[in-house]
Amino acid sequence: MTTRDTDWDGVRLHVVTGKGGTGKTTVAAALALALASAGRKVLLIEVEGRQGIARLFDCPPLPYEERKVATGLGARGSGPGGDVYALAVDPEGALLDYLEMFYNLRRTGKALTRLGVVDFATTIAPGLSDVLVTGKATEAARRRVNRRDDSHVYHAVVMDAPPTGRISRFLDVSTEVGSLAKVGPIRTHADTVARVIRSPQTAVHFVTTLEEMPVQETLDGITDLSERTGGAIRPGGIFINMARPAMLDDADLAAAADGTLDVTELAVSLKAAGISDNHGLAADLMTELGEHAQQVALQNRERDELLTSGHPHYELPMIPEGIDLASLYQLATALRDQGAA
Amino acid sequence: MAPVRLDMDRLIDDRRTRIIVCCGSGGVGKTTAAAAIGLRAAERGRQACVLTVDPARRLAQSMGLTSLDNTPREVDGVDTGGGGSLHAMMLDMKRTFDEIVEAHSDPDRAAQILANPFYQSLSSSFAGTQEYMAMEKLGQLRRADEWDLIVVDTPPSRSALDFLDAPQRLGRFLDGRLIRLLTAPAKTGMSAMRVLNAGFAMMTGALTRILGAQVLKDAQTFVTAFDTMFGGFRERAEATYRLLQAPGTAFLVVAAPEPDALREASYFVERLDAERMPLAGLILNRIHTSQAGRLSAARSLAAAETLETQDRPNEAGSDAPRNTIAIAALRMHAERMHLSKRERRLAEHFTSAHPAIPVAEVIAQPEDVHDLAGLRVVGTILSRPGS
Repeated sequence: MTTRDTDWDGVRLHVVTGKGGTGKTTVAAALALALASAGRKVLLIEVEGRQGIARLFDCPPLPYEERKVATGLGARGSGPGGDVYALAVDPEGALLDYLEMFYNLRRTGKALTRLGVVDFATTIAPGLSDVLVTGKATEAARRRVNRRDDSHVYHAVVMDAPPTGRISRFLDVSTEVGSLAKVGPIRTHADTVARVIRSPQTAVHFVTTLEEMPVQETLDGITDLSERTGGAIRPGGIFINMARPAMLDDADLAAAADGTLDVTELAVSLKAAGISDNHGLAADLMTELGEHAQQVALQNRERDELLTSGHPHYELPMIPEGIDLASLYQLATALRDQGAA
Repeated sequence: MAPVRLDMDRLIDDRRTRIIVCCGSGGVGKTTAAAAIGLRAAERGRQACVLTVDPARRLAQSMGLTSLDNTPREVDGVDTGGGGSLHAMMLDMKRTFDEIVEAHSDPDRAAQILANPFYQSLSSSFAGTQEYMAMEKLGQLRRADEWDLIVVDTPPSRSALDFLDAPQRLGRFLDGRLIRLLTAPAKTGMSAMRVLNAGFAMMTGALTRILGAQVLKDAQTFVTAFDTMFGGFRERAEATYRLLQAPGTAFLVVAAPEPDALREASYFVERLDAERMPLAGLILNRIHTSQAGRLSAARSLAAAETLETQDRPNEAGSDAPRNTIAIAALRMHAERMHLSKRERRLAEHFTSAHPAIPVAEVIAQPEDVHDLAGLRVVGTILSRPGS
């Protein structure tokens, strides 16, 4: 394998967050595909119980079990890539896992579940269930093949995390758990998880569209993450999703926005292409072009705003036909070409 | 199949409509819709109050929602010529919770609860509490009876159903076996302990191992201190739930023309039906249309390609026709037609599953709404007869 030079070499846990509606799950899936080059296994984790990954990859609902869902993108010019596995983590399964792994207490765990302990934990102290969920992700990121072969099972783990508004609290497990448990095993567990999340092995990526509210939330989220954790949790890249590329050069865009482009000239061109200007078609198309110019201007403004944060950014195009498996690979290619993976 | 058109003005002009709840998954424009409806109702003569949870900063500023004092404030700049008025407030979840605690227990006990780490975690976390407190605040505003129309924007949860489920989940949780076990020693002393002994010992043993003894003790203290209030909580949640089933309430489901958002909307519609909660209609937000719909995507693309091939041989000549604009316009149009067609198909999918549900469509605005003028525009579009 050649030495790769991507923006996130050394990162083993990619946490992907974003405001609702920005395509967080889609970007997380595309990133997992892009990271899974030949011979590499990548785990894509979902934590919110919505089965978005199963829907994207067109497979049956995911159980609490790591399953292969796709073949990775592969390096440019080479054959297919490695394997993308997926896992839907829920607090209950994560608790059973935790009990078994650390205390060999699976049966007790089931009894606790029946008694409503998990319900109790998620209701009264969401921090506890968050640490179980993030704990599963960090465990997968650190997992070794076996005692003799200490290479990592997964080259990388990509987590489709809770939305921007909740991400700092979700990741700041040691503070959240620490306010409840000063000492004890769960505290120790939280501290172990926190060490991974606060290490350079973890990056928190923000997905946004070039619209005002998602951009504002992204910038607020990045600030909040740094302030809450004293810079210990690292904001990763900004993934601009559903961007509409400009169809004209700057001068023409400006003219389109001002409404100073020549409609008659457009009508002549249309006619040359065999389209008659019935009922002012040229004028209507010109209006659309004006709206496009307005949108591009708005996008540029929002992009400039995002870039003030100084984080690496990637841009993914809007797929007008909707996201399917083929377009996921298209997005993965775009991410790879821009150095995200 | 053309959907029934939602008659928004009839809904807000009807004095019997006392509560409008805007639901939907995150990022579909609930807050804007709720604010626009509140403003329109106020300018059509209602005494309206908008309860919002998480407004965008600039929208909040434009509505005067800068101070977080958890009480409705009058919004400036509203046309009150019709005798109406508009108040707005932003929910302060923790404060609402604290106020309930203070109102329902003596000062000592209240102080004890407020200082408990579990209470602090519960009251400031986002999972469920926000929904419960939004519903609690709605109940308070309704009981205050100072407004004749309350428009609620629900919390930005991943699922629209959370708004309905969270209060009940809290109720179920409070009724749970675990709570009874945790409160048992304090309530009935050792006799109950003996009955529950085996299960309790195993559980506390395991919990102590996982959480540590202090956490368990804090949880127990919290639950015990809270115990006297539990009944009150449950009753209030149930009362508010009944309020949502009452005839004066109308639900509006907000969705963007995206598969996930519409799927959520579908779940929600079915759930409302099962709960016999009154659904007024669907607001289909941010749809894309074209004034030049008579030119199909296929023809538009083909024409763009034709012009591109025509352009090439003339490139050297200075009198070459300037087709760049036309090519851009045609490609742009084709993309827009694709998008519009896809959205239309998704909307039709919803309509065929729920044919009786009235729909209001809001065309995607080039810019985000962040002032009253923008809200007025959205209100007008929402109320436009026929689409």
